[in-house]
Amino acid sequence: MRRLRGALTPYLLMLPAGLWLLVFFAIPLVYMASVSLMTGNLIDGWKLTWHWQNYTEGLDVYGDKLLRSLWYGLIATVACIVLAYPAAYWIAFKGGRHKSTWLFLLLLPFFVSFVLRTISWKLVLTDNGPILGPLKSWGLLPDGFHVLDSGFAVISGLTYNFLPFMVLPIYVALERIDYRTIEAAYDLYAGRVEVFRRVVLPLSLPGVFAGVIMTFVPVTSDYVNAQVLGGPGNTMIGNVIQAEYFTNSNYHTASALSFTLMALLLIGIFAYARALGTKDVLEAAGR
Amino acid sequence: MTTTISAPPPVAAPRRRRRRPLRGRGLHLYTIVLVGWLLVPIAVMILFGFNDTHTKQNFEWEGFTLKWYVHLFDKKDLTTALINSLTIALLTTLIATVLGTLLGLAIGRHRFRGQGMANLVMFAAISCPEIVMGASLLSMFVATETPRGYLTILAAHVMFSVSFVAITVRARAVGIDPSVEEAARDLGAGPLTTFRLVTLPMIMPGVLSGALLAFALSVDDFIITNFTSGSTQTFPLWVWSSTRTGTPPQVNVMGTLIFAIGVLLAVINIVAARRRARHS
Repeated sequence: MRRLRGALTPYLLMLPAGLWLLVFFAIPLVYMASVSLMTGNLIDGWKLTWHWQNYTEGLDVYGDKLLRSLWYGLIATVACIVLAYPAAYWIAFKGGRHKSTWLFLLLLPFFVSFVLRTISWKLVLTDNGPILGPLKSWGLLPDGFHVLDSGFAVISGLTYNFLPFMVLPIYVALERIDYRTIEAAYDLYAGRVEVFRRVVLPLSLPGVFAGVIMTFVPVTSDYVNAQVLGGPGNTMIGNVIQAEYFTNSNYHTASALSFTLMALLLIGIFAYARALGTKDVLEAAGR
Repeated sequence: MTTTISAPPPVAAPRRRRRRPLRGRGLHLYTIVLVGWLLVPIAVMILFGFNDTHTKQNFEWEGFTLKWYVHLFDKKDLTTALINSLTIALLTTLIATVLGTLLGLAIGRHRFRGQGMANLVMFAAISCPEIVMGASLLSMFVATETPRGYLTILAAHVMFSVSFVAITVRARAVGIDPSVEEAARDLGAGPLTTFRLVTLPMIMPGVLSGALLAFALSVDDFIITNFTSGSTQTFPLWVWSSTRTGTPPQVNVMGTLIFAIGVLLAVINIVAARRRARHS
């Protein structure tokens, strides 16, 4: 009896959270998969007709926006790595007693609501705002120069919003490096560049990987930045899905697009894991 | 969230100072510039909470005033939205922490069939794009004619934060030496007593940081909430809808106060952790 209870314990512990995830995560996903193959409209309702054309038609109409999202996501993620790595490096190795203070300063944007942060970034970038205004009045920029309503504005907003998510895992990975490994490399006559390339960088890659998972997925599927900063010409796939749901009530198209997006992101992540030589994505993510 | 940034133990001190991997001064300057860049929008947000604006668009500086602090709660629906956000976040924290702790213990302390599957579902829930989760919930709520509102938001928030709690608890639970629990049992403690007096105190830091994470995720969530809210408003939703007509300065003031309180609590937490570390 006691043995049986012992064997059942993990399942009982998992039960409440498992049920919650089943009802509000797994079942909705399966249901949306079926909606993506339905035809119908808001008045007559929807019917499962295995209408695979929802996918091809969705791609025909919105393929360019999907590509743009992946492109923006890629640029913003790379920008996050490039911007975050040197700072994480400096804090991990040179931060000294003030490591946690520096990290805290880099995480400060987390204390401001995401939507509000984006609006504030828009305020910074406005035509006569704190950056463009002075530059224009000093004559360094022409009067008509503006940044908002451009792809650059959207990417800058995405980078700004998700940078802390990249800093944190890279810092953790760098912080874990045993300094003696670096010293050993020096003792074996490695130069500074070589120590970085062959010791520090490989040891920090799991952190970069975790950072990419935490930024690439939300950045690519975001629609707040594109809406606030991008104007009509730079909409991303998130804007399309949102509009198909709330404005056009084309649930089947929106579902098909959502699944296409998710599939592409998963493929991207697994391909990236392969390229890095990580055998098990789960293992890398769990660290 | 704040517990993750308390300083880890220092690594072995470098022997030869001249031979460090990269010179520090340039990187130091760079880090300062980066922090500055991250702080500019926050400074702008705080500043425009003091702006004596007379138009609906709070975009141009028109002079200093404190009137938005005095009239902070004048916009009734904004206040309601803020209260909704805070109560939903508190309830989410409560439910997700309990469920997530149990799940984290199951995965961290036991070996069982289906463990890989449980890990996979957790990973999927964490890495799934928010818009996909929100859209699928909306599809299901529409199909089952579930009225959307406060409760559906709560259900969604618990759903996406429970895995984060489970992962932080698991990280803590994996490190526990099983002989400690066995010792408690040998001394006559039942399973519940063992859990309360031995296991729980040991995983407590994980539980607490999981709870903070759940609160932060819930209170700031926009995308999933947008899909599951119906006509119920939360603070991020209200701010979002205001972007079309003009964001009132009260939003900046609330953002400033939330920022100030959050930073204050985090600083207190860090200082307390340092003091504890020094005493032990």
